[in-house]
Amino acid sequence: MLPLFMRSIKFIVGLGFVFVLFLALIGTITGLIKEPPQATAEEEFHHHPKELALKSDGLLGKFDNQQLQRGFLVYEKVCASCHSLSLVSFRDLRQIGYSEAEVKKIAKDWPMKQPAQDPKAGTWGERDNLPSDRFPKVYYPGTGTPPDLSLMTKARHGGPAYVYSLLTGYEEKQPAELLARFPGAKTPEGSHFNPYFANLNIAMPPPLTSENQVTYSDGTRATVDQMAKDVSAFLVWTAEPTMQTRHQAGLAVVLFLLIATGLAYGAYLTVWRGVKH
Amino acid sequence: MATLEDGVSPTQTVVPTGDVIENPRRRDYLKVAAVSFAGVGAAVTVLPLINSMNPSADVLAQSTTEIDVTAIEPGQAIKTSFRKQPLFVRNLTPAEIAAADAVPVSSLRDPQTLAQRTREGHGNWLITLGVCTHLGCVPLGAGEGENRGPFGGYFCPCHGSAYDTAGRIRQGPAPKNLEVPNYEFTSPTVVVVG
Amino acid sequence: MSFPWARHYEPKNALTQWIDSRLPLPRFVYNAVGAGYPVPRNLNYFWNFGVLAGVCLVIQIVTGIVLAMHFHSSAAGAFESINGTIMRDVNAGWFLRFAHANGASMFLAVVYIHIFRGLYYGSYKAPREMVWLIGVVIFLLIMATAFMGYVLPWGQMSFWGAQVITGFFSAIPVVGEWIRVWLLGGYAPDDAALNRFFSLHYLLPFVIAGAVILHIWALHIPGSGNPTGVEVKGEQDTVPFHPYYTAKDGFGVGVFMIIFAILIFFLPDYLGHPDNYIPANPLSTPAHIVPEWYFWPFYAILRAFTADFIIPAKLWGVVAMFGSILLLFFLPWLDKSPVRSANFRPMYRIAFWVLVLDVLVLGYCGGSAATPAVVIASQLTAAYYFAHFLIIVPIISRLERPKPLPNSITEAVLGDHGGSRMSETALSA
Repeated sequence: MLPLFMRSIKFIVGLGFVFVLFLALIGTITGLIKEPPQATAEEEFHHHPKELALKSDGLLGKFDNQQLQRGFLVYEKVCASCHSLSLVSFRDLRQIGYSEAEVKKIAKDWPMKQPAQDPKAGTWGERDNLPSDRFPKVYYPGTGTPPDLSLMTKARHGGPAYVYSLLTGYEEKQPAELLARFPGAKTPEGSHFNPYFANLNIAMPPPLTSENQVTYSDGTRATVDQMAKDVSAFLVWTAEPTMQTRHQAGLAVVLFLLIATGLAYGAYLTVWRGVKH
Repeated sequence: MATLEDGVSPTQTVVPTGDVIENPRRRDYLKVAAVSFAGVGAAVTVLPLINSMNPSADVLAQSTTEIDVTAIEPGQAIKTSFRKQPLFVRNLTPAEIAAADAVPVSSLRDPQTLAQRTREGHGNWLITLGVCTHLGCVPLGAGEGENRGPFGGYFCPCHGSAYDTAGRIRQGPAPKNLEVPNYEFTSPTVVVVG
Repeated sequence: MSFPWARHYEPKNALTQWIDSRLPLPRFVYNAVGAGYPVPRNLNYFWNFGVLAGVCLVIQIVTGIVLAMHFHSSAAGAFESINGTIMRDVNAGWFLRFAHANGASMFLAVVYIHIFRGLYYGSYKAPREMVWLIGVVIFLLIMATAFMGYVLPWGQMSFWGAQVITGFFSAIPVVGEWIRVWLLGGYAPDDAALNRFFSLHYLLPFVIAGAVILHIWALHIPGSGNPTGVEVKGEQDTVPFHPYYTAKDGFGVGVFMIIFAILIFFLPDYLGHPDNYIPANPLSTPAHIVPEWYFWPFYAILRAFTADFIIPAKLWGVVAMFGSILLLFFLPWLDKSPVRSANFRPMYRIAFWVLVLDVLVLGYCGGSAATPAVVIASQLTAAYYFAHFLIIVPIISRLERPKPLPNSITEAVLGDHGGSRMSETALSA
């Protein structure tokens, strides 16, 4: 009796798992029949990001410093009062074409100051930013601090296209169809309808509202669309300032490896020449 | 997929060493080239690993240190920090300046005059790193009431190096004078070091 | 080692003789992966993956050691030290970080192919059971190391992954909650958990390296298997490991490196999840928590158990998920067929490819949001997974009539009896 049990224990265990899964399957199916899944407003009315073409796209994408500087201006004038950029340093701006003096001035004039402790009194105060400082953190006591933008284009599906779509995707009114089908999904007071946002209602008011909200020094027309594009491009850079280096190094590495692997294949053939296998 | 029978008839019996070679030279070149490429590749890969241990950009960018010297009375010194190293800022008294100038330069281990170690017009300000040139201890003498050693400057308690009022090595194992960093006075009372 | 015709190490000069008589390390290497180890001549490219796994381990250890020099192991500083300092300021830090993160994916991909190679060619069968058993131990260690490594950046997925995985243990009756709190050193993942994960993440790779040595040692007792599953009969069946398989592995490593480099330099975030670029927030759970891709099949098995039966569904899920790996330990005794290679086992071969498909579907389910359709698919595929190992394979191994085996490896190679070409025979199945 025992040997038979030992021999069939695998079947018992196997059938046990299969049986429990069968029960689970019946549970899932009856659940599905009893309460078919309800469509939600988010599923039905959420939009995928619009198309956005940037020079940094693609396997060999490069940064367009002109555009990055325009994007920085939009960030500085529009976004910076609420959103910090705490992983980026002022000195990093040198990489997008600002001179050392310009970086110093930008840091010094930045309205949000660095916290600093008085070494004698021990009290906390503020000092001006230096090029070596990271962009200071913005705190919003009470209402919740808006997300940091340093990695925003890596932290959302769609990356820069998502940022661009969000900035240009506000709609004054919810679609009538949405309200007709989901009366409970009315945009709450203080929120704003934006079909590119995950739950359709975003607390941030439309940040880019009118043409020439910022003044570009390179003569580009500062339309809302252009500003949204530029700031998205800028946030691609902040998310990974080394991206262009990565692309260039990658090209050299892959070419080297292709040659090396070709040679390795040749060496392999010659070593095995005459040995049938 | 891994079969490479070109040039070998299916009936041919082959010894494991596969000594059926028509062109030994080509074979050797290929092997040498492949191994060389592998070696170069490995060597180049090691570079970023080593380079990553060099000071990073945030360390290199550690900005200049700005010091307000208004509060330092003659005869006093303060200890502050520059690039994470201690920095001594000392306001020399006329007597200390005279003592330093009285020493014949040729008798020094590391011959330098006080004037070479200060900035013109600010000859009373001795600004040096607080790092003993022997083995890197912090010498005494900058703090209130600390032992200034036999020459009235700084004294390193680790191995007894004594510095004079110009921060020059006078006695003990240290080989060099205390290092004077790059600095400039942006106003009569503000020094920017670095 | 046990082949009488294996070449012998002969130190040529005084220095190597001196070393050999004191610490015969060069002799050991010569016999392990040099000309002193005779290997079946008919290995196909699937036999490259053992060496590739070793290459992955070395890459991970080397890049990991350097990254650890810059990493701040604290809940407040971990995210910033990786995404700020390492990615932006450390020289070549971005390269090291992407190499290490994608190296984990490459490692697991290589290991999966290596495991399925073993399943197809019966590498777990006598006399290589010990090789297989140690291999399963290595697999478990790799999964533990990979999980703990994914926690270290302290992004949203890191944090909630740690929360969910340690949550498995709370399913254990009576002591479960205590074990969970003990593992975390707190009630939720925080500094204590992060620091111990970092400590173990640094330790385990060296344990893996030790287990790898045992794995190779155990392999060298019977010698390598081969696509026909017929044991080596004589010298004509083998070639020395060096230069034959060093040359072939060199080519394999080149191809591996090309794929690896493309990931690092051009698609570094392709296998990652955007949510891990959001700093950990203990007050907000991401909409869809998913582990890294290499855990998806197991995650699907975990989620497939939704019915209470004697014990709660949650405990079933955890038992099944661990069971799905642990049953691999019993595989050598579940499959009693004397024929190793699936090339000569028509029924097993079908079951094998169904299993491959099954695991791929499980993986897809584990990576998707748990909609009813996904849950149903994972319940069906999880059932097949267990049935495959515990029911189907044991029955097949008795019922099946294998195809005639070649008399020897050499006969198979010269007579083209099939064998060395997994893909062709597999496609014809």
